[in-house]
Amino acid sequence: MNHDHEYTPSNGFTKWLDKRLPLIRFADENMLSFPTPKNLNYFWTFGFILTLCLVTQIITGIVLAMHYTPHVLMAFDSIEHIMRDVNYGWLIRYIHANGASMFFLAVFIHMFRGLYYGSYKEPREILWILGVVIFLLMIITAFMGYVLVWGQMSFWGATVITNLVATIPVVGESILTLLLGGFSVDNPTLNRFFSLHYLLPFVIFGVVILHIWALHVTGNNNPTGISVKDSNDTISFHPYYTVKDLFAYVVFLLMFSYFIFYNPNILGHPDNYIEADPMVTPAHIVPEWYLLPFYAILRAVPDKLMGVLLMFGSIVVLFFLPWLDTMKVRSARYRPTYKIFYFTFLVCCLLLGYLGGQAPEGIYLFLSRVCTIYYFAFFLVVMPILSKYERPSPMPIGISNPAINNNLEMDDNLVPSGNN
Amino acid sequence: MTDTIDKNDPTRRDFLYITTAVFGATGAATVAWPLIHQLNPDASVSALSSVEADISSIPEGGSLKVAWRGKPVFIRRRTKEEINIAEKEDAENLPHPEKDEERVKNKEWLVVVGVCTHLGCIPIADKGDFGGWFCPCHGSHYDISGRIRKGPAPTNLEVPPYEFVNENIIRIG
Repeated sequence: MNHDHEYTPSNGFTKWLDKRLPLIRFADENMLSFPTPKNLNYFWTFGFILTLCLVTQIITGIVLAMHYTPHVLMAFDSIEHIMRDVNYGWLIRYIHANGASMFFLAVFIHMFRGLYYGSYKEPREILWILGVVIFLLMIITAFMGYVLVWGQMSFWGATVITNLVATIPVVGESILTLLLGGFSVDNPTLNRFFSLHYLLPFVIFGVVILHIWALHVTGNNNPTGISVKDSNDTISFHPYYTVKDLFAYVVFLLMFSYFIFYNPNILGHPDNYIEADPMVTPAHIVPEWYLLPFYAILRAVPDKLMGVLLMFGSIVVLFFLPWLDTMKVRSARYRPTYKIFYFTFLVCCLLLGYLGGQAPEGIYLFLSRVCTIYYFAFFLVVMPILSKYERPSPMPIGISNPAINNNLEMDDNLVPSGNN
Repeated sequence: MTDTIDKNDPTRRDFLYITTAVFGATGAATVAWPLIHQLNPDASVSALSSVEADISSIPEGGSLKVAWRGKPVFIRRRTKEEINIAEKEDAENLPHPEKDEERVKNKEWLVVVGVCTHLGCIPIADKGDFGGWFCPCHGSHYDISGRIRKGPAPTNLEVPPYEFVNENIIRIG
């Protein structure tokens, strides 16, 4: 990146501080004058939105933990206590519960943006992998948080998901017992889930710092996917993107507020307002909406172990994306064939989400199977083949130069000039 | 000693490195084990692993659900007809082949852990295509011997360790 601006401490104190702990310099280089491609669209605001989602969850979570009791006899009642007795408890809990949904909504958009514009490609492989790590941690954290409510869906969701571990040959049962601290989901399970649900967001926070660090080494991708060449291609992060990000966040908050204030339970399941009963299984066990696509994959497979492997595989495959799609052209904007497969994939994921909430029989089961096959085929078949045979459409020379690049040496166009 | 030192020969320093590493690793493992083992069932959980049930009031064709290790156990008093069906179906092509007689101590009484072997839901009695249980979560069908007949569950309903204390009492665990 071209640094056409360097931080100069302005007064005695900042000069003194800069020599000892260059905090302001760090903030200036990474947040204020950070050179950012000038053509980023609103899909690029979700990184900022996600950071604030995490902060919101941590703050509301810490407050909720002050009023919650992690014991099987009191957990459910303490949630009702928060809802009815604690001052603004209802607000804080609804922010936290719907905040999780908003967090996942934002992360899905963020990931699909990366998938469309090729943000996982060289040199951003580590950046992408850290993102997948964050996504995995988010799933684990959200799952444990949902169990804390200790409603019927909490209990039976926990039973079904922890039982996935028992499918591991030979040692599965022992690991399951170790995980639960008993022979079924019970008080020891609730206690440790509470402890881990408190811990993991801070782990996520740590990985987010690494994620942003990696981003600031390579710099942002952009809608053209063409690497930044010089300072003509960039503008400083502040004020241009601080304002754009904040505006997007305000719009995001409007939608978030609709759920908090007008429809706070629409994304949850009514059965979770029934206290957990280890002796009665609800008729339909469904996870939260953001896990439905993975649940649909699990149920699409008639074999227990294979179902579990495919469900985990659907996330693990994301780690290998940079090496499955080796096409040098990053952005789908210049990949007409990829674009078709991409949108089919998007529809397939949404459909899996719908199917995950339906009973696993008849046409639903059939469609789940078709979508599961396409899900994996997209990564394992379509991507490698397109990388080899797809002919990209004409591309401009650079972010600031719309003239068509007739030089087919694409590499030249895509290799980052960051260290020049 | 006057001979030259061969660089490939182990030195006293190598010995120190290896010894230190081994001690360090052993120490780490020693500390790690309590931290891992504390996750396993504690004494109070293990203490609850036996339960007695009074079966004197169960009519023929009726059943009782008792909690054992936090899981339900189905105790079913089967009718003559049901026993006949269960034994006749021994010959069928079962996903998890087990004879009915291997699964009971007294033909009249079927005792199984009421937890679906798929992902741990509780099957519903007198439902499904085989006259036994049906799991609503992912659609596994069990017969009147608790054997898996159709659906994603890999094995038959587990038979817990149990014994008849006397005519009226069963001890599970």
